Amino acid sequence: MAGLLSFSLIWSLTACSPGRPASGAGAPAGARTIENKGSDTLVNLALAWAETYMAGHPEVRISVTGGGSGTGIAAMINGTVDIANASRGMKAEEIDAAEANGISPVEFVVARDAIAVVVHPSNPVDGLTLQQISDIYVRKITNWSQVGGEDRPIVLLSRESNSGTYVYFLENVIRMGDKESELLFSPDTLLMPSSEGISAEVRQNPNAIGYDGLGYVTPDQKMLVVARDEGGPYVLPSVETVNDGSYPISRPLYMYTAGEPTGDVRAYMDWLLSDGQPLVSELGFVPLE
Amino acid sequence: MAKNDVSTAPQPRWIEFAIEALIRVLGFSSIGFVVLIFLFLLREGIPVFFEVLPGNLVGTRWYPTFDLFGMLPLLLGSILVTVAAIAIALPLGLATAVLVREVAPNWAREILKPMIEVLAGIPSVVLGFFGMTLVAPLIRETLGAPTGLTAFTGALILAYMSLPTIISVAEDALDAVPKSYRDAGLAMGATQWQTIWRVVVPAGRSGIVTAVMLGMGRAIGETMAVMMVTGNAARMPLSLDSLFRPVRTMTATVAAEMGEVAQGSVHYHALFGIGIILFVLTFAINLVAASTIFQKRRRGGLR
Repeated sequence: MAGLLSFSLIWSLTACSPGRPASGAGAPAGARTIENKGSDTLVNLALAWAETYMAGHPEVRISVTGGGSGTGIAAMINGTVDIANASRGMKAEEIDAAEANGISPVEFVVARDAIAVVVHPSNPVDGLTLQQISDIYVRKITNWSQVGGEDRPIVLLSRESNSGTYVYFLENVIRMGDKESELLFSPDTLLMPSSEGISAEVRQNPNAIGYDGLGYVTPDQKMLVVARDEGGPYVLPSVETVNDGSYPISRPLYMYTAGEPTGDVRAYMDWLLSDGQPLVSELGFVPLE
Repeated sequence: MAKNDVSTAPQPRWIEFAIEALIRVLGFSSIGFVVLIFLFLLREGIPVFFEVLPGNLVGTRWYPTFDLFGMLPLLLGSILVTVAAIAIALPLGLATAVLVREVAPNWAREILKPMIEVLAGIPSVVLGFFGMTLVAPLIRETLGAPTGLTAFTGALILAYMSLPTIISVAEDALDAVPKSYRDAGLAMGATQWQTIWRVVVPAGRSGIVTAVMLGMGRAIGETMAVMMVTGNAARMPLSLDSLFRPVRTMTATVAAEMGEVAQGSVHYHALFGIGIILFVLTFAINLVAASTIFQKRRRGGLR
């Protein structure tokens, strides 16, 4: 039942950090485990945080698992994790479900992420407005020549619908933040099971357009500059443009704890919100200011 | 001495009884597991048929995040990919089986047979990766399709995966044709080709149907490779060029979405509902395959 992605990520982190206390009888009586699960966008960052933290705190063990934001939130509702990672906020009904189980999730913004819109390097189109991206993804625009490119059909790429990035992109780009909007991804959209699937297709298909977290964009894809509206400035996603608010597609990344954190979880959350922040930019995300 | 014999004799009989019982329990348990799995599928999947309006279920839009559970594009996607795969694999598989059984000299057969078995052992994710990075770009460039991630790409990979099954079952079917048939054909002045095509292959027909059915069962249930190369766009494959456009199959949908759903949600039940449809489909296919096997046995008895 575990997510396809999560099976490759279900490794107790302790396995790759030398000098940790052996599990079971060999561990000091105080060795405690923090269970951390959720967003695939956040999983690399969460792993890096956990490894670094455990190196300095051998008495704590943190096991990190991916699977998607919904997976982490579902685990939080079921009470099986200490910290859930999510690239979207918890929905009201999810919070209700958790509270029905006696768990009140506490939200922390731990980093920010820009969502880059990517195309094949040979594509002459350099920039798009949010409205154009929305029209492309609902198939109102179907050919690159309609946005100043070559006469080629547009192939739409997206992450799977279980991804927090999918939901964010739908709500804030395709529907452009309009809560009443009922726009959906066109049924022609190719749903790729992984970031690698998107980058592989973008790399080799000059017709393709895709989107992904800034940290997952490889140098062999071309990032588009994006403008809020036609007159507005076209901005390339980067740490600076996310922090100054000029890049229009950026979002907070969350961790949820089960109730107000105490003890080890408290110490860990405090650490990653302060001393852990330098790791954020190393992994291609945007640290909190 | 005689006393000894008497005292040891009952013991093996008791052990024998225990072992027999154990084997019986194990044998029946595999049936039991199948039944349990089916019951579990039903329990988890049936609710969707009450929770979601029938019009929604047979609709054309699959957006589970927005409570649109139209399973039609997924069902048609699976059928399209599977049928295309068999259309590619049947001529190839049958020709290979004829080659291995009827034409090839002994030494070539010794090499071919193990090679075909090696084919069956290639993990599907490897084939999927191969399809994604090599076959898909090739298809996009040669066919001029917007993307290489199409139903046809999936069909090619699936054809490749079902070939070993088709070849080995078809070969067994040809092998079961009595030698006297071949001798009679040749004695009547037919060439080797005429004998193969007009006598041996028709005589092995039911076995070849079984081969196709088993290959089909393999193809429709395959997940990983299909998910990697078909593009997973839940569109209705109704236009003529659909074979060369992306599709989303039922298996890929379950695999991609199962990790995410909250247990007991409508989406969760919908995925199990897809599981039920898949189970019924493969069951029907296997049933057809099995019935042709029985038919063959009955006819074999008459011969």
